[in-house]
Amino acid sequence: MRLSFDTERCIGCQSCMFACARRQHVGGLSRACITVRSVGGLSRGFIGVVCRACDNPPCAKVCPTDALERRDDGGVHLDINKCIGCGNCRDACVIGAIFRDDETNKPMICIHCGYCVKFCPHGVLRLEKKETKKHAQ
Amino acid sequence: MLSDDPVAHVLYVDLSKKNFWIEKRNDLFEKYIGGVGVATQLLHEECPEGCDPLGAENPIIFAVGPMTALFPLASKTVAMFKSPHNNNIGESHCGGRSAIAIRMTGYGAIVIKGASEVPLYLAIHGGRVYFRDASSLWGINTFTVGRIIRENEHGQGLRTIMRIGRAGEELVTYSCVTTETYRHFGRLGLGAVFGSKKLKAIVISGKRSIPVNDSKQYQKLYDEIYEAAITSPVIKKYHDLGTAGNILPLNEIGGLPTRNLKEATFEGASRISGETFAEQYLGRRLACSHCPIGCIHIAALREPYEDEPYFYKTSLFSYDYEPIYALGSMLGGSDAKGLLQLMHQIEILGLDVMSTGVVLSWATEAQERGIISEKETADIKFHWGDYNAYIEAVKLIIEQPNEFFQALARGVDHAAYKYGGKDFALSFGGNEMPGYHTGPATHIGVLIGSRHSHLDNAGYSIDQKAILAKEQPSPEELAKALLAEERWRQVLSSLVVCFFARGIYQIDIVSKTLQSAGFDLTPDALNQIGEEIHREKYRFKVREGFSMDNLRLPKRIFETPSPMGKLDEKCMREAIEHIKKAI
Repeated sequence: MRLSFDTERCIGCQSCMFACARRQHVGGLSRACITVRSVGGLSRGFIGVVCRACDNPPCAKVCPTDALERRDDGGVHLDINKCIGCGNCRDACVIGAIFRDDETNKPMICIHCGYCVKFCPHGVLRLEKKETKKHAQ
Repeated sequence: MLSDDPVAHVLYVDLSKKNFWIEKRNDLFEKYIGGVGVATQLLHEECPEGCDPLGAENPIIFAVGPMTALFPLASKTVAMFKSPHNNNIGESHCGGRSAIAIRMTGYGAIVIKGASEVPLYLAIHGGRVYFRDASSLWGINTFTVGRIIRENEHGQGLRTIMRIGRAGEELVTYSCVTTETYRHFGRLGLGAVFGSKKLKAIVISGKRSIPVNDSKQYQKLYDEIYEAAITSPVIKKYHDLGTAGNILPLNEIGGLPTRNLKEATFEGASRISGETFAEQYLGRRLACSHCPIGCIHIAALREPYEDEPYFYKTSLFSYDYEPIYALGSMLGGSDAKGLLQLMHQIEILGLDVMSTGVVLSWATEAQERGIISEKETADIKFHWGDYNAYIEAVKLIIEQPNEFFQALARGVDHAAYKYGGKDFALSFGGNEMPGYHTGPATHIGVLIGSRHSHLDNAGYSIDQKAILAKEQPSPEELAKALLAEERWRQVLSSLVVCFFARGIYQIDIVSKTLQSAGFDLTPDALNQIGEEIHREKYRFKVREGFSMDNLRLPKRIFETPSPMGKLDEKCMREAIEHIKKAI
């Protein structure tokens, strides 16, 4: 599965970000594995930053402790016990979809569970089967 | 409240000493929840009696609430200060990303004291405050200053950028503070208070988790509220046409102030309606942070440059009911393009659009009547619907080349005091009127409202219900209804819930949602808090010289029939007496 993001429809409400944190039983935003931000001001629209479930994920390739492993059903699996918080994965992800948990200093990556999709009021987010070529941005 | 919730942290910034500190104020948040309740207390603490609103001693207070970043639509920031426009309580609410950003930075309130001698902007990132030199930003318009700070600072997607334009710098008493390009602390002159402190902008960014009580119950409540928000037909209206959808219905009932309220129906209404703007200009819709509605409507206007063929610019403006009323029907203008151009001018200079429209409509009538001449207006010939003249006049309100424009820069009350024409100077409690001539309740509501805003108690809504029921409530009933609504709204604006969601956040729901944030408040207790906050605001108002005994009702409202017929001053005064007794 893979999360897709139709940026042109996005109104920037950030409900998906709050949903992601809420799924992890907290309020606020620091646990969010998806970000919606403007492209240089609200008048120019938005960009959604979230893991796009790469076929050959660069983040996993650069992990020195093999804490990241590609998941067959989309995205990567993080073994939090193996992770030393070096940040290589964040540097390797050119779309910036690896977020950092400030409290543990370890990465947070979308697991493509689709919880946020339920809280997207305008059909911007969708959970797609992996074969789809449409790219999340 | 939850002991580990950072909402009780108040950030104090002193612009004179360029220092800052944080105080834990559980006492305030436990008693008054947040938002307007807490801000009112901080205003009592920080604002000395009789102080000069444009002096260093006038504080700026921002407050959000415990439900911010926990529940959808709790997304407003309340600003309180002493208003330079009417010399009394200054209160203005703004959405955008402001509330979420303040909460995510780890504060429930921010108090800005003192004044800087050189232009500054503040960068508040998490627990740190940076004082940045803004000398090179002084004089720059609200759009561009946002762009510059956006590139200078981090926190993309998680920040608010509050800023002023030249209106605030020049201390125009109805200048606004703009956030996220399109949202405003519009009314009562917060922009001038920023300007008087040489504070050009504030950027605030942060990211954190907020603890919740009983996360299962929290998720269940969240789901219910979210579902109600996206399925409510009342709220859908705000997303579809937006507030501009009110132009036609208000015109139809004869409650749309037109040409300085000489009339209450506008023959050009269909050309400036929400429908027309949507069909011809709507370019994008946007939402405040943590609001699934998306009521912000952005018009796109393509204009050619005169000096070169095939050379265009496309500008984007946010429109709503009130700006269209103030710059459209009130100025007798039905040229939507001209209206948008005037709106743009007002937006980049950072003026409150409602006050500006009413000031210009007063000036037009004053010139029509010969009270003022082209000598005063610096050769501008005001003429209903002539947007070129209005755009020129707006620039002169900023430049203030003569006494007349200096007077206009202080609002319609002051201009009429100086030049005459009080009978058609449409302000209530020193604040220019909103776009409703629906009946007695709208005008009484603004007059007795603690911040003289139509949002204090929504009198226009009471009128509209009366029109539908074809029955005018008695003065006593009116007084009761207005007060009850205003007191309840103190609770909503302490939670900082957007008033568009007032139908969802009914008292029992509020009581439940507050439990997620660790507040145990019964509906009765909430009502008491609302009453107490209202009383506390009035305590400040009276301290600063407000009295129910000398309230001015402009004669014009009695001359132009409302949908309920001609208004009866005696009945209205009677309602005011009832309110006075109750307060």
